[in-house]
Amino acid sequence: MNVSFTLNGKAVSVDVDGQTPLLWVVRDVLGMKGTKFGCGKAACGACTLHVDGDAIRSCSYAVQFAEGKKVTTIEGLSTDEKIHPVQQAWMEEIVPQCGYCQPGFMMATAALLEKIPNPTDEDIDNNIANICRCGTYYRMRKAIHRAAEIQQNSNS
Amino acid sequence: MKKSSIIILAALMLLGVGGMSYTDLNQKDERTVSFSTNGTASESFETMMKVLTHKRCINCHPAGDRPRQGEDSHIHNFDVQRGEDGHGVVALQCKTCHQSSNNSLSGVPGAPHWHLAPRSMAWEGLDKYEIAQAMLDKNKNGNRSVEEIEKHLTEDQLVLWVFEPGVNNEGIPREKPPVSKEDYIKAVKDWIAEGAIIPSK
Repeated sequence: MNVSFTLNGKAVSVDVDGQTPLLWVVRDVLGMKGTKFGCGKAACGACTLHVDGDAIRSCSYAVQFAEGKKVTTIEGLSTDEKIHPVQQAWMEEIVPQCGYCQPGFMMATAALLEKIPNPTDEDIDNNIANICRCGTYYRMRKAIHRAAEIQQNSNS
Repeated sequence: MKKSSIIILAALMLLGVGGMSYTDLNQKDERTVSFSTNGTASESFETMMKVLTHKRCINCHPAGDRPRQGEDSHIHNFDVQRGEDGHGVVALQCKTCHQSSNNSLSGVPGAPHWHLAPRSMAWEGLDKYEIAQAMLDKNKNGNRSVEEIEKHLTEDQLVLWVFEPGVNNEGIPREKPPVSKEDYIKAVKDWIAEGAIIPSK
């Protein structure tokens, strides 16, 4: 079937089986490799991207549901002019170890900051359920708070 | 106790007021709702409750703020929370993983408006009689009339998902209730047509 949506602000159209995971389409059909395959069971969150601003586990999201929607991957998080506060904070806090899961965490964090601009530790615990096998959770928590700070400063 | 008080108390008892009173009947659709007094349960009630007490239903009618999942009804993985409206917390919504249909590749179940039943409709830990009473209680059921309950039970795609629950993340089909969808829908309609009688325990 033909499915049309916007990917990082650009209109795209793909002719694939409607049940194909959005993750495969983004990576293998459209060439955006930043979003990662982790478990394939919507359990780890490595494949997290945004659909209409909400964090979605794209390994478990049939591409047919993306019709007419706005899909954003890690490659589309920043603009040409400005790096996203989450990316800035991730660099400042030197969060990644192996780095594989980080795009998913960053997309989940960006979605969280849209909903809760200044999250508490409890908000982070409740809303960020991704998995990092390197155990970078401590640095990620610091980076999430730092990202909130950067975002607020840039808005003021 | 004065004699006049005894007479009043006796009168109230004869009228069925007090004790495990049925004052909440006022909150229900009195046209069709009543409690059985003869202790018998209709076949339609029993058939319906075989479905409504099944884990496929109870897992999303939890007593707490966390859904349950799986054949053993364990607490949902990843510390998933109910959130304000039963659709999850703001940035970890049910729809983060659950879409409007089952995903046979990842094993993630899905149906339209996938969400938890409200706290007032917690069925976990209740028996079939208590579930039926909660279902008919407008204080708990979202102020639904009996007609609206019938529609919810027999037409809502999320409710009817229990008959097509798909496969789990190992590709193993999820257990279905021991009643077919057709028999269940007929049982619900018959039970309500018979007066939505809840038998005594």
